[in-house]
Amino acid sequence: MYIQRLLPNLYRDSVSLMQLSAALGKLPGVEQASAVMATPGNLEFLRQAGLVDGDIAPRPNDLLVAVRGKSNAQLEAALAAALAALNDESVKDIRGAAAEAPLRSLQMALARSPAANLALISVPGDYAAAEAMKALRLGLHVMLFSDNVALADEVALKRYAAGRGLLVMGPDCGTAIIDGMPLGFANAVRRGAIGVVGASGTGTQQVTSLVHRRGAGISHAIGTGGHDLGKDVGGITMLHGLRLLAQDADTKAIVLISKPPSPDIARAVIAAARKAGKPVVINFIGSTEDPSGGNLHLSRTLDEAASAAVALARGRKPPRTAISSVKPPKLKFKRGQRYIRGLFSGGTFCYEASALLGDVWSNAPVDSKRTIEDPWKSREHTLIDLGDDVFTRGRPHPMIDLRLRNDRMLEEAADPQVAVILLDVVLGYGSHPDPAAELVPVLAKIKKKSGSPVIVASVCGTDEDPQGLERQEAALRDAGVLLTESNASAARLAGAIVAKLK
Amino acid sequence: MSALFGKPLCVLNEGIGSFADAIVQRGGAATRLEWAPPAGGDRAVGTALARLVNHPAVEGANAKAAERYLAAQPRLEGIGMAREALPGMGERMILHAGPPIAWQRMCGPMRGAIVGAILYEGWAEDAEAARELAESGEIVFEPCHHHAAVGPMAGIISPSMPVWVVANTTHGNRAFSNLNEGLGKVLRFGANSTEVLTRLEWMQKTLGPTLACAFEFLAELELKPLMAQALHMGDEVHNRNVAASSLLIRRLVPALLKSAARAADAASVIEFIAGNDHFFLNISMAACKSMLDAAHGVARSSMVTAMARNGVDFGIRVSGLGERWFTAPAPVVNGLYFPAYTTKDAAPDLGDSAITETAGLGGFAMAAAPAIVKFVGGTPQDALANTLAMTHITLKRNGAFTLPALDFAGTPACIDARRVVDTGLLPVINTGIAHKEPGVGQIGAGVTRAPLACFTQAVAALAAEVAP
Repeated sequence: MYIQRLLPNLYRDSVSLMQLSAALGKLPGVEQASAVMATPGNLEFLRQAGLVDGDIAPRPNDLLVAVRGKSNAQLEAALAAALAALNDESVKDIRGAAAEAPLRSLQMALARSPAANLALISVPGDYAAAEAMKALRLGLHVMLFSDNVALADEVALKRYAAGRGLLVMGPDCGTAIIDGMPLGFANAVRRGAIGVVGASGTGTQQVTSLVHRRGAGISHAIGTGGHDLGKDVGGITMLHGLRLLAQDADTKAIVLISKPPSPDIARAVIAAARKAGKPVVINFIGSTEDPSGGNLHLSRTLDEAASAAVALARGRKPPRTAISSVKPPKLKFKRGQRYIRGLFSGGTFCYEASALLGDVWSNAPVDSKRTIEDPWKSREHTLIDLGDDVFTRGRPHPMIDLRLRNDRMLEEAADPQVAVILLDVVLGYGSHPDPAAELVPVLAKIKKKSGSPVIVASVCGTDEDPQGLERQEAALRDAGVLLTESNASAARLAGAIVAKLK
Repeated sequence: MSALFGKPLCVLNEGIGSFADAIVQRGGAATRLEWAPPAGGDRAVGTALARLVNHPAVEGANAKAAERYLAAQPRLEGIGMAREALPGMGERMILHAGPPIAWQRMCGPMRGAIVGAILYEGWAEDAEAARELAESGEIVFEPCHHHAAVGPMAGIISPSMPVWVVANTTHGNRAFSNLNEGLGKVLRFGANSTEVLTRLEWMQKTLGPTLACAFEFLAELELKPLMAQALHMGDEVHNRNVAASSLLIRRLVPALLKSAARAADAASVIEFIAGNDHFFLNISMAACKSMLDAAHGVARSSMVTAMARNGVDFGIRVSGLGERWFTAPAPVVNGLYFPAYTTKDAAPDLGDSAITETAGLGGFAMAAAPAIVKFVGGTPQDALANTLAMTHITLKRNGAFTLPALDFAGTPACIDARRVVDTGLLPVINTGIAHKEPGVGQIGAGVTRAPLACFTQAVAALAAEVAP
């Protein structure tokens, strides 16, 4: 038997058609096959080959496919294969010039990488919400690193995403680790059983780094952006992230990190955390509420949160979190030296230190009554967040460019009342490639003068970070810095030092 | 939607490039975008666009519009007279290329051609009187596109001109174009001398009727296979029509000889066609118009159904946006100029011939005609790159028009206004260049781009019609 199909007004050159005919002839059950333009000559040829009826009229503009064999199903399959080959819309040539064509849109990029599941967006804030919306419409999860996105846009994006099971991290989300991959400013940590949802970028960096340092690892660290737990957004991303980690078989314990949320949102988050079905460590930095009980564990610092999570993920009880007394080494100070000056590149580090030290002035204080009038000028105990807009306008972030802090350190060191300069040093992807190298010459200058303050610092990072934790710590220790493992212990050490100087 | 956990993360990185480096260093997958603000940085349009990306209503409408374009079967039906053939053609009406434009704003070549058409119709005694008549408001000027027609360059069609009739046998619509006069001093470049008018008269009295005789002896002249074959012979059927014109004359000559046409007329007609490499252009344009008109009018579709220039404005129409034009100043064409001419002499981009690009031919099929890129000093590789770039702003590949140099892939077709705005990749157009003064004629040829502003306006208008 044979079957045939005329495709009206479809032109192919004879060589292409010979190739197609040969390919069809190799298909199972096909004894003979031919694809030709239905000219009188070609039809005569097919008649002789026994592929068409005698009564088919020539249609030179039409393409005729004819196949002969024994099974109708196999012939239909061969015909379908012929039609598919003739209608092939695929971009066969994509390996050529198009492969190098720059990708101008998410849609273009998705066509190139159809397996993509997340868009990491760090375009200027004016355009970020539109790009995020496109990503969501294309079915992608979003990490929105960009800041300066309107709150209304954030709400719209998160609501749209929530209805479709998509996650929106950010806007203003500095850090995330998904599937072991660092997104934005993130540390290189091993994979493990601890999941994190953080509203604070440096808070998440601190916890994930300390987890790694203490021998455990991270399943996923989800960032929410700084406004997620406000009234307008209502914690959409934190609740979604919590749900994802609760369902994730690789995650054995969860850490939630945020500045104290508004009370309604805190209640909702705590209620959801109780239902997570696995231990949840809550670190609402500076909060005095204690939701502990059942699967919930409160931690006062990021350091404690990391330790608690490491223990819980291993099925142990979290270590007792009584505030330990830090014993300062013997240090000599001149009369009148008594104040701490904290200069932070991470906002959460500044905030956590303020919460631990109490009576300090700050541009980002725990208690708004302690807002410093002029962030450029310290008074008494002062902790400054150098990542504040006041300092970053027209300048790179202090984790990338250390010059502003270096200048400020020299200024503080020249103040005879200053006993301690408290610092954070943040490693990881996105940060300065070698912060110790930038700091050491400044530290040397400070040390030269008599009555210079002591430098207390912690390095937030891991041995796998591109900057190398050990190398950074060694350089700073050699330069005379008192190093602690975490920001909280650095703040406590600074507090213990000045406590003796009243 | 795909799950975030449980399978390898695969990131599209838009913005800070080092974020992608970090992922790749850790052994992950990240695709880098080279992003620039879409819509030329217009945030309102950018936001409107974001709302339309992958919008189910728009996707559905586009699938329908594209299917209509793909299913269309243009057939050259014959020759008609504009006054009878063209829908809505008025007795004192002159059609022109591009979006609507008043006499006062018209470019030199268009004015010159209108003066020529008035003289041809016998509505005025001399050029001066013709100009006065044109200025008086007594003559109605309308775009060819408003009458299912297209015309190259000035695109002037007056009631007594013969026109090609192309029927889309799938959907039943017809499209029309005037007949090509050849190169040199011709009406479409604004010339209106006696030489030009004499030729137009010959076209009306001899060329049209003789061809009409031939059609009685012609088998159905399907245009898609002919154009497809021409693409395989080095044409892109916009700026290069030598193969298609040859294929056409191969069909016409036997029919002409069989017909009742006088031998002398047949000879003059064959000679005229054989002497004009662009003879097929107007047929190509009408074929494209018939395919795209079939796709026009699908509510909420973002598919572009016309791109046309009047020498002052560049205009586009979009399937889902009715009869509206979205216009921006017509660009001056970057190209190769004949000796003694430069861009200073050029009229801005002119003519309805960009209907070929709209239909996935011309610049979009440049891979078929590498010789074309020579106009801009390019290489055959650039021709391929131009065609490939257009795949990013089109909805489909037209399997009826295949490109040997790209392993017989179909031409990119069905321009999506959203994708143009999102990528900033502008439709590429192969075109001739007219002298800005009427009657000088063609002074070069080259490659140009449709202006972004047409597409940003269209996207904004579409967003207003589509529910979130």
